[in-house]
Amino acid sequence: MPKDHGIGASPKRREDLRFLTGVGRYTDDINLRGQAHVHFLRSDVAHGRLTSVDTTAAAAMPGVVRIFTGADFEGVGGLPCGWQVTDRHGAPMQEPPHPVLAQGKVRHVGDPIAAVVAETREQARDAAEAIEVEIEELPAVVDMKAAVQDGAPKVHDDLTSNLCYDWGFVEDNREAVDKAIREAAHVTTLELVNNRLVANPMEPRVAVGDYAPGTDESTLYTTSQNPHVIRLLMGAFVLGIPEHKLRVVAPDVGGGFGSKIFHYAEEAFCTFAAKQLRRPVKWTSTRSEAFLTDAHGRDHVTRIELALDADNNFTALRTETYANMGAYLSTFAPSVPTWLHGTLMAGNYKTPLIYVNVKAVFTNTVAVDAYRGAGRPEATYQLERVIDKAARELGVDPIALRRQNFVTEFPYATPVAVEYDTGDYNATMDKLSQIADLAGFEARLADSKARGKLRGLGVNCYIEACGIAPSHLVGQLGARAGLYESATVRVNATGGVVVMTGSHSHGQGHETTFPQVIAEMIGIDEDQVEIVHGDTANTPMGMGTYGSRSLAVGGSAMVRAAEKVINKAKKIAAHLLEASEADIELKDGAFSVAGTDKSVAWGDVTLAAYVPHNYPLEEIEPGLEETAFYDPNNFTFPAGAYACEVELDPETGKVTIERFAAADDFGNVVNPMIVSGQVHGGLAQGIGQALLEGAVYDENGQLLSASYMDYAMPRADDVPFYQVDHSCQTPCTHNPLGVKGCGEAGAIGSPPAVVNAVVDALQRAGHDITHIDMPLSPSRVWAAMQG
Amino acid sequence: MYAFEFERPDTVEAAVAALKTEDAQALGGGQTLIPSLKQRLASPSRLVSLTAIPDLVGVCVADDGAVCIGGATPHVRVAADAAGSYPALAALAANIGDPAVRNRGTIGGSLANNDPSACYPAAALASGATIVTNARRIAADAYFQGLFTTALDEGEIITEVRFPVPEAAHYQKFEQPASRFALTGVFVAKYGDGVRVAVTGASEDGVFRWTEAEDALSADFSAEALAELSVPADGMINDLHGSGAYRAHLVKVLTGRAVAAC
Amino acid sequence: MAQVNMTVNGKPVSGEIEGRTLLSDFLREGLGLTGTHVGCDTSQCGACVVHVDGAAIKSCTMFAAEAAGADVTTIEGMANADGSLGVVQQAFQDHHGLQCGFCTPGMVMSAAALLKDTPRPTEAEIRDYLEGNLCRCTGYHNIVKAIMAASGQDVSAVAAE
Repeated sequence: MPKDHGIGASPKRREDLRFLTGVGRYTDDINLRGQAHVHFLRSDVAHGRLTSVDTTAAAAMPGVVRIFTGADFEGVGGLPCGWQVTDRHGAPMQEPPHPVLAQGKVRHVGDPIAAVVAETREQARDAAEAIEVEIEELPAVVDMKAAVQDGAPKVHDDLTSNLCYDWGFVEDNREAVDKAIREAAHVTTLELVNNRLVANPMEPRVAVGDYAPGTDESTLYTTSQNPHVIRLLMGAFVLGIPEHKLRVVAPDVGGGFGSKIFHYAEEAFCTFAAKQLRRPVKWTSTRSEAFLTDAHGRDHVTRIELALDADNNFTALRTETYANMGAYLSTFAPSVPTWLHGTLMAGNYKTPLIYVNVKAVFTNTVAVDAYRGAGRPEATYQLERVIDKAARELGVDPIALRRQNFVTEFPYATPVAVEYDTGDYNATMDKLSQIADLAGFEARLADSKARGKLRGLGVNCYIEACGIAPSHLVGQLGARAGLYESATVRVNATGGVVVMTGSHSHGQGHETTFPQVIAEMIGIDEDQVEIVHGDTANTPMGMGTYGSRSLAVGGSAMVRAAEKVINKAKKIAAHLLEASEADIELKDGAFSVAGTDKSVAWGDVTLAAYVPHNYPLEEIEPGLEETAFYDPNNFTFPAGAYACEVELDPETGKVTIERFAAADDFGNVVNPMIVSGQVHGGLAQGIGQALLEGAVYDENGQLLSASYMDYAMPRADDVPFYQVDHSCQTPCTHNPLGVKGCGEAGAIGSPPAVVNAVVDALQRAGHDITHIDMPLSPSRVWAAMQG
Repeated sequence: MYAFEFERPDTVEAAVAALKTEDAQALGGGQTLIPSLKQRLASPSRLVSLTAIPDLVGVCVADDGAVCIGGATPHVRVAADAAGSYPALAALAANIGDPAVRNRGTIGGSLANNDPSACYPAAALASGATIVTNARRIAADAYFQGLFTTALDEGEIITEVRFPVPEAAHYQKFEQPASRFALTGVFVAKYGDGVRVAVTGASEDGVFRWTEAEDALSADFSAEALAELSVPADGMINDLHGSGAYRAHLVKVLTGRAVAAC
Repeated sequence: MAQVNMTVNGKPVSGEIEGRTLLSDFLREGLGLTGTHVGCDTSQCGACVVHVDGAAIKSCTMFAAEAAGADVTTIEGMANADGSLGVVQQAFQDHHGLQCGFCTPGMVMSAAALLKDTPRPTEAEIRDYLEGNLCRCTGYHNIVKAIMAASGQDVSAVAAE
């Protein structure tokens, strides 16, 4: 019997009521009295020297308040990078400055040259067209391998080259890996591209800056996944505003998928300009602008080699990846191809020797940073593709080859520096086999054949790492931030609870799930619990939501704070019941004395905390409010097995997803409905990457796929109903809820399943095709079939 | 968007008069024009909406049997009202864009714009339709003059499109994955005096007739009749969604499928 | 500037508009009905779908002046008279058909328009009808399921949760 409340139940989402009736409050819904609008004049060339920016005529246009250029930001800090990677030789990465508005050069199409603040958006845009800009156009570097050749044009003149870093991991393994590959019975090699993607949350970015002269306080309303991080980065590194004079509010946010983690120039500009102009300044991105300014994702070019012994045991793995950084280092860009990628290269397998080399490269393209999965999809894709290829080369069943090499004993220390605490990869594979009806594939294949279609089955596993931690370790790895989370649990006098969390919900449903945990712990109704998030003014310093960390890290902080509250409440109850604290039990919203019928209700205890007439004032303070900061001592490691069945039209190359099944192990699950929804969304994004999506630049650095006319987003008719299951549960061993994280799994695990299935379909039809790069558009598949 | 005056006349005469202003432009359903205005790719001084002119909206069958569609008739009306008289045309209309686009977009707007990937030009050309304007009648073969180029004069309004109804017809659209416009679309129409085949989405010169296929199909109306034919890749659109060779290949595949579906 | 009059969610409204004022801008900025969202500028995402004289249209691709005299319904007008969720809205909540909520108003408006013409749509009909509505969160699974449920169909066979 499923639970109807608390942990493990699936109550309807409370936030839905406002979203379904049109009364959500997104950033673009905020309009402040006296607000002006900014339009950014952006570079239409990928690389050039700014020789002149003349705003004279534009400044005289109707409605113009003021025009800012790079010169206005001299002496103001640049956008900081939050992670420093150290290269193979012990040197720090090359880290160029990133001005708010371009200074001296433009480095990608979309780089902001000037910002026009005017009374209306259209007036700002009119005036921007009247700015006279002279750019001495320079050759653009777009291709990563070309960018690191001697003599390539440099994106940043002051750097020695376009190579940001050359990272080796684990460098000490390098020679042993080389040797193992030389001596292997079989080596499978695969070269592949992990296609550049655009996150495309449906809500474009918005920033509204405000300034209160009376108190010298700045406020930024922004579409962010982590308002405290923005406050810290923007306040400390860009504008020089101390946190107590800077408030960052991220209200309802319409999806993020990573792209709203980062601190963007427009946020700093609106905050800066509002103070300069003494009036609110608002910027709303168009979708076209979003394609040119939101950080992109992925964009790796990889060569991977898998060595196997004569018994098909994996003996070594070697990868070399070129990772595109774009023109500037976005907030967490350097960490994605390194610590979020190299550390996952063991996958679900006990490969003893692994060496990962990553060359991060500057190009004249939009910055690349974390996008749903962030490094882990890239790791999973290459690993699961090369295993599939190996199985085909060796003539063995791809599932059997995987099972043979599974890690089966936990904890397991990988050769790439992480320790998996729990898992059961055979269990998720067994579950997959059942929910995907793998046994029925042959019959479905026959049916497809009868209709003149090819059919293929792709299966793969994945492992990911969520809740990146602990802070002292990531600090050693180059993080310039802590990776804890915070929560304040405030119990009101009449017993209701408010949780102020540093996690941020932008679709994940925290307002519903977090109360489930509190309700379970205290034994009160969920509607007695309210979640406050997204405003630095009323939540404790937190790190926000990304990397599937909210419940594992933020939820753990909430549990710790709630435990403190309960412990204090027990003291009060003990006093009220004239019993020993050790004998007090909390159950179903009442404190009782063990072994007696004496009890006092939760509400009576909370009232006593605030009306402390009968209260142990000499022992404890009045009030009932506690804060906890939780810093995990390890990542969590969700894992699973996915299966995709495709049908392929041999005449046109068009691939359709006929079936998709996902068997995940997320540890304990608080709200199964929401967990399934997270998987569904991730699957669509992974299927989108595999079949549809791709950000494509031409050789001049012009983005060809710069709108939904050319960037193919998954639509309802591109995907099927999915079969998802998360009943295989090996609880995380090191957080209080035993939870792992489910937000990114679908996007991580699905691309290789799709590509494996397409290759399977083509090989069954006799095509000698071992790989096609994503997206597997009809034209690409058809071209591959022509040989 | 640049600023402009907006007019919404209720007669053709008033619309024609309003369009005499310098840089005035007609507005059909706006499903292509409004996005391009947002990008500031056009700067009309005045927009003259044609969708409030009752005479321009509707589907009927003329005495000669032709299906006549008012220039400002939205796709959704064509899909519904031509379903009995010209099913292939109705089916084409029912698959343009998405439902919200079909509720606004008009046949006249589509033909006046002549996007190289639009569906209606294929139907008009394959059907040998007549484009009727406020000033004259233009045969489809003379109307389409290349990418976004037509025989329309400045200020000329499409008031009606007359489609001779074929014995059999079918439209095959292979969608570009992002825009869902036709990556390649082929309309095959079989008349008593021969078969017409019009191709959209594929050529750098816009919609065109595949005359070799017309000849072959006029002799033998079967997919097999196309077996020996091939479409040259030269002059086909080559972009990130497909090469010229791919589009040329699709022309043949889709023509065969259209014939088979007739 | 010109005056425009229309009926929005059953109430007569009027406002000053320019020729270039989009219906979505008039609703959001002129009337403060911010439930209608704008997610793209190429008329594809469908977050701005409203009903004009009963037909689903993209309010970012229609001028406010074109809606003069029309009867417009937005997401704010979809609840029952007593304030409770309408059938489609309730189905979206019941089946977790939304996450971040940004595409949701357009999805609900499109779904309602579909069900008006097609009271019991098949899965394929629903997926086809949603061609003009993008969602980045749900993978569409629960949206399709919710619309089937809103039409009175038994969705218990659709993969759980």
